[in-house]
Amino acid sequence: MSGSLDGGSTSLLGRVRDRLEGPNTIGDSPAFWVGFAVAVAALAVYPFTTDPYTIIQSSRYLALSFLALSLCFIWGYAGVLSFGQVAFFGIAAYAFGIIGINLSSTVGVGVAIVGAVLAGTLSAALLGYFMFYGGVRETYVTIMTLVVALVLNTFMAQTAGSEWAVGAAQLGGFNGMTDIPSLTLGVGETALVLEGVGLYYALLVALVASYLGLRVLVNGQFGMTMVAVREDEARTTTFGYDVPFVKLVVFTIGGALAAVGGVFYASWGNYIDPSVFGIAFAALPVVWVSVGGRESLLGAIGATLAIERMRTGLSSGIGPIGSEWALVIVGGLLLGVILFLPAGVVPRLADLTDELREKRSERSQSTAATEEPTE
Amino acid sequence: MSTPQDINVRQKPAVAATGGATSTVLATKRLTKNFGGLTAVDSVDFSVEEGEVRCLIGPNGAGKSTLLELITGQLSPSGGDIYFDGTDLTDMDTHNRIDTGISVKFQSPHVYENLSVEENLQVPLQRTDRDTAQVLAETLDRIALADKRGEPASDLSHGEKQRLEIGMAVTLDPTLMLLDEPVAGMSVDETADIASLIRSLHDDGMTFLVVEHDMDFVRQISDRVTVLNQGEIFREGPIEEIEADEDVRRIYLGENA
Repeated sequence: MSGSLDGGSTSLLGRVRDRLEGPNTIGDSPAFWVGFAVAVAALAVYPFTTDPYTIIQSSRYLALSFLALSLCFIWGYAGVLSFGQVAFFGIAAYAFGIIGINLSSTVGVGVAIVGAVLAGTLSAALLGYFMFYGGVRETYVTIMTLVVALVLNTFMAQTAGSEWAVGAAQLGGFNGMTDIPSLTLGVGETALVLEGVGLYYALLVALVASYLGLRVLVNGQFGMTMVAVREDEARTTTFGYDVPFVKLVVFTIGGALAAVGGVFYASWGNYIDPSVFGIAFAALPVVWVSVGGRESLLGAIGATLAIERMRTGLSSGIGPIGSEWALVIVGGLLLGVILFLPAGVVPRLADLTDELREKRSERSQSTAATEEPTE
Repeated sequence: MSTPQDINVRQKPAVAATGGATSTVLATKRLTKNFGGLTAVDSVDFSVEEGEVRCLIGPNGAGKSTLLELITGQLSPSGGDIYFDGTDLTDMDTHNRIDTGISVKFQSPHVYENLSVEENLQVPLQRTDRDTAQVLAETLDRIALADKRGEPASDLSHGEKQRLEIGMAVTLDPTLMLLDEPVAGMSVDETADIASLIRSLHDDGMTFLVVEHDMDFVRQISDRVTVLNQGEIFREGPIEEIEADEDVRRIYLGENA
């Protein structure tokens, strides 16, 4: 879209950038892309600089980042605040476990991945259909999504008995489902099991690809439509847009992203339990996205990595501060951001950068004017 | 009532013939809207001919805005039918009605405050298959906002927002343009700008239905005027006749005849 307005770039790189850049994402300068490449490279060499345990922890942060991307996409761009994105994350995690345990082969893992992502995506589509075509809006969407997660939490917690099994997979109630297979790449004996560093790289590649894909989406026509719906639903309808349908598509894509995260998460720990549907976990995506910036996909990822790293640190206690303070500190962070940086950290940083740049160019213009007075 | 009421709109060709006799673009048949015990629109038979600028006037509470919202589908009628260009709109969703060639601008400006002027125009424009760059440039010229194309809409004045919103509605290239009080709260100069904008679009063949209070403005743009009173059509005719009509002056212009 921006290409047709700016006249378009002819080089391949220029065309790629045209698709990735636009009014709906922060960071369009060459400096941004250099910084982005450096950050990705740093994450890529990270496993060589630290111990395996840290990498396993980091893989968890990367898996959770999909949840953050999912909420950022639907809330930041279409104005749909879901407090229950964890529902689709958890449904996919359980589905991956159930299918993977029953089909214990490398092909089975592939089937489980597809089945689990489909399960999460279709759940989102179904819930979205009833909400958006039923005229549920704004705060009620938030409440309804949270209720769905909490109902799943309560339901899964009571599946402890041995009668609660799907084939060979015991649901396990509060104790959760164990022996969920790891992800594998390829089929048969040559298949590569993704654990430790392998899983870390798979996550990194998938996350970068998802981020770039979402950038293309939000900077294209569909992104403009989402923003129009976010800004003014009634007016957007009178331009001929089918607003419930747009929101359903957005919500379904969000569900798919959360589901991808859920599959990674279940295979990462080979384990899933009902706390993924619980209120403490359900609140975390809202915190990550609020802190990073609702309208910044990269901010959402960055905030997830930083906050989860901080929570890991706090869980072993820092000095006199014990692990019981971890969630309190995260809550305080949320309040602080809402009060002082309502748009989130990354959008504020972007504004500051713009202001600095403007000041600098003003200064250079004024010096140029004094040095070379016009005739 | 002066309009023929037996036009069988259903049998009209979907695309109006060019030249020759005028044809009906929009017609309502016994259109009624009740709000509880109040009948806001009462069995209205009303039509707009292709290529005209029709103004709809009437005292507060006459049902003008309700009629407009029935046409766009924001309200569903208690009874009666609405035909547009040979299509029965009555049971259609708003967004589908827009696709048949209707565009609307409501009274208070509803621009996307956080988007730039250009992005505001892109939102409706991207739904059409028109040449984006060309239509953008034309529209920006037409609404005299070319020099503000990159500015956020929240920085525009009231008059500029109204112009922008008319521009947004126009990018859809509608057959019929509905405007609800487009000059409410505007200065004399701003009003004149809107009038010339409407006239230039009219010269290009666009049909208008304008709800308006400001009679000076109506005089600048209108061919025919329909007076609505208590949900019914009270008078219809050329502006001079309407202004001279003593009954109209009594109910609407507030003069004691």
